[in-house]
Amino acid sequence: MPSLPTISPEEEAKAKAKDGTSVGSFDAPTAGSRDEATIAYYLMLGDDALILGQRLSEWCGHAPTIEVDLSLANMGLDLIGQATHLLGGAAGAMGEGRDADALAFHRDVLDFRNCLMVEQPNDDFARTMARQFLYSTWHHMLLGRLAGSKDGHLAAIAAKGVKEVAYHRELASDWVVRLGDGTEESARRMAEGLDWMWRFVPELFHVDEDLQKVIDAGIAVDPREFEAEYREAIAAVLAEAKLTVPDDQRPILGGRHGHHSEHLGHLLAVMQFLPRAYPDAKW
Amino acid sequence: MSGHDWPLWEVFVRAKGGLSHRHVGSVHAPDKEMALHHARDTYTRRLEGVSLWVVKSDDIIASDPDQAGPTFAPAEDKIYRHPTFYEIPDEVKHI
Amino acid sequence: MYTTELDKQPEKKNVTPIDGAEDPALVEAFEARVAADEFIEPKDWMPEAYRKTLVRQISQHAHSEIVGMLPEGNWITRAPNLRRKAILLAKVQDEGGHGLYLYCAAETLGTSREEMIEALHSGKAKYSTIFNYPTLTWADIAAIGWLVDGAAIMNQVPLQRTSYGPYARAMVRVCKEESFHQRQGYEAMMHLMAGTPEQKRMAQDAMNRWWWPSLMMFGPPDENSPNTERSMRWRIKRETNDELRQKFVDITVPQAEYIGLTVPDDALAWNEEKGGYDFGEIDWEEFYAVVRGEGPVAKERMKARRDAWDKGAWVREAADAHEAKKRAAAAA
Ligand SMILES: [Fe+2]
Ligand SMILES: [Fe+2]
Ligand SMILES: [Fe+2]
Repeated sequence: MPSLPTISPEEEAKAKAKDGTSVGSFDAPTAGSRDEATIAYYLMLGDDALILGQRLSEWCGHAPTIEVDLSLANMGLDLIGQATHLLGGAAGAMGEGRDADALAFHRDVLDFRNCLMVEQPNDDFARTMARQFLYSTWHHMLLGRLAGSKDGHLAAIAAKGVKEVAYHRELASDWVVRLGDGTEESARRMAEGLDWMWRFVPELFHVDEDLQKVIDAGIAVDPREFEAEYREAIAAVLAEAKLTVPDDQRPILGGRHGHHSEHLGHLLAVMQFLPRAYPDAKW
Repeated sequence: MSGHDWPLWEVFVRAKGGLSHRHVGSVHAPDKEMALHHARDTYTRRLEGVSLWVVKSDDIIASDPDQAGPTFAPAEDKIYRHPTFYEIPDEVKHI
Repeated sequence: MYTTELDKQPEKKNVTPIDGAEDPALVEAFEARVAADEFIEPKDWMPEAYRKTLVRQISQHAHSEIVGMLPEGNWITRAPNLRRKAILLAKVQDEGGHGLYLYCAAETLGTSREEMIEALHSGKAKYSTIFNYPTLTWADIAAIGWLVDGAAIMNQVPLQRTSYGPYARAMVRVCKEESFHQRQGYEAMMHLMAGTPEQKRMAQDAMNRWWWPSLMMFGPPDENSPNTERSMRWRIKRETNDELRQKFVDITVPQAEYIGLTVPDDALAWNEEKGGYDFGEIDWEEFYAVVRGEGPVAKERMKARRDAWDKGAWVREAADAHEAKKRAAAAA
């Protein structure tokens, strides 16, 4: 074999430690091992992570400073990793040779279950941070509880993810404070970003019939349990940022059962282009 | 003005418990919390550390290399500070 | 690193002697230290020409890492599967880190990152010519990892022992991280060459477009590389452009053959006597045109960098303003 740079055994060990195939593999979903509602829950969380990771990756090479570029990429990588595990779990349970990629790249809008917030375009850094702050705070509270799920695989994914997301929440909160209480311009942009995202907050706490089933089964977390805590946490950061909590807007729902904003179709068109254009190819 | 950049911070990483923090490089950041975040996102992406320090570069007081003579040379002839200075017979153990 | 001999014209300059105003005893002591393989540290005395050459070389290297994020970044959102997406995002992020380490190393010489970035944006500072070519297909991502990172590694490894301490230490970090870049590119190329006819076509097309620009990455031929001798003496360059280029060709050609790619060079032939390949003439007109800023996507690259910086200005200012308010409040 022609020579390429060698990897040290130490580095290989690290790579293996980072490769999450070990996450909860003792209980990895196999065909028929999960009911429809549980699969839908895997998809919901997996799609959230995938779509938000995709959005964050759009920043790569274009952030306000190199340091911020690295931070955004780190969050994107965490989320793409989580998506891989969650969609892999859903695919395993669905069977018929599906894998995470089949779900990520070969479903259309109607089958994506992510919330509307994560698919919102990046726009400026303030709107990106508003989205990250509102979602990560929820995500963090959710994963902390989900680590106790009766679904062992899901619990393992959550236990790993909660550490990553704690940092996303912290970083996004810090940015909200700096932009909110920075210059006049940054305060205006931050307020606009929050205003854009605010109508999508209620969807995070909406419980439909499918979700209720998995909550009752002890698999999913009931987000209503921590809604008050969430509202308080958001208000506390916004107070530090000298921003007012936006007035509640009419909730926009639909993402969890495939009725999305116009933005998701464009995101998928870009993301899925290669596997769609070359259906027989392996990469 | 669009050119403006944040101040520079020096980053120190403790690779694992029991080791000292070691200088690994620097980052730009507006304040100390962000400096820590930036240090984490820049210098510990490959499990390189268990603890981070950041210090504003301006706050580091460095010795002057032109004074390296006066600063370090006096230590040169104090060989009695080194254990090998003392001759102890081989038969004497544990010393 | 990427070549930093990006002067606009292939002119022959005499090696400029060290500034006569400098104390010959200091210069002599400095040269002796460098010759003895010692490291020079930021506060040590150094000739002005050494400082200037280093700032130019390190900042150009940093610019290349940062601008280099763009061609590959172009495919992150379109990576064909989740594994490739994570790999590519991590890889491009690494390049950002490399730029950061290098800017910091250059800053120890008394030039701020701000000034270096402004020099890039005004067109005064250069960056590697290679990043002024477009990434058309997914195979370009494979080709860049394999060929461009491969060429970069060849340059970077010896610089871990370069004479300027902060630069050498930055390069140690960079090289450690680079070890996966070239491998992931070659692996992606292997998959393409083992794939469908369309994938093979993509792969060969990328090979055809990236091969010659990769060879140009090593810079002008030695006879047009006026400062080589001094830079070698100062250990800010460890091997000549032509030596490195030859090494790259010798290593890369068998890698191409192994997966069935054709190297787009009719003159390519193994030369038993020299124990290396003979290869065709590089189009230096093309090289200098790209150096002058006439690369196919030079305008796009510069616009993307200026936009990121200009559109980020309010963010940088806001964070500073916030810190100033906090400090004022603490003082009150
Ligand atoms: Fe913080
Ligand atoms: Fe690099
Ligand atoms: Fe690289």
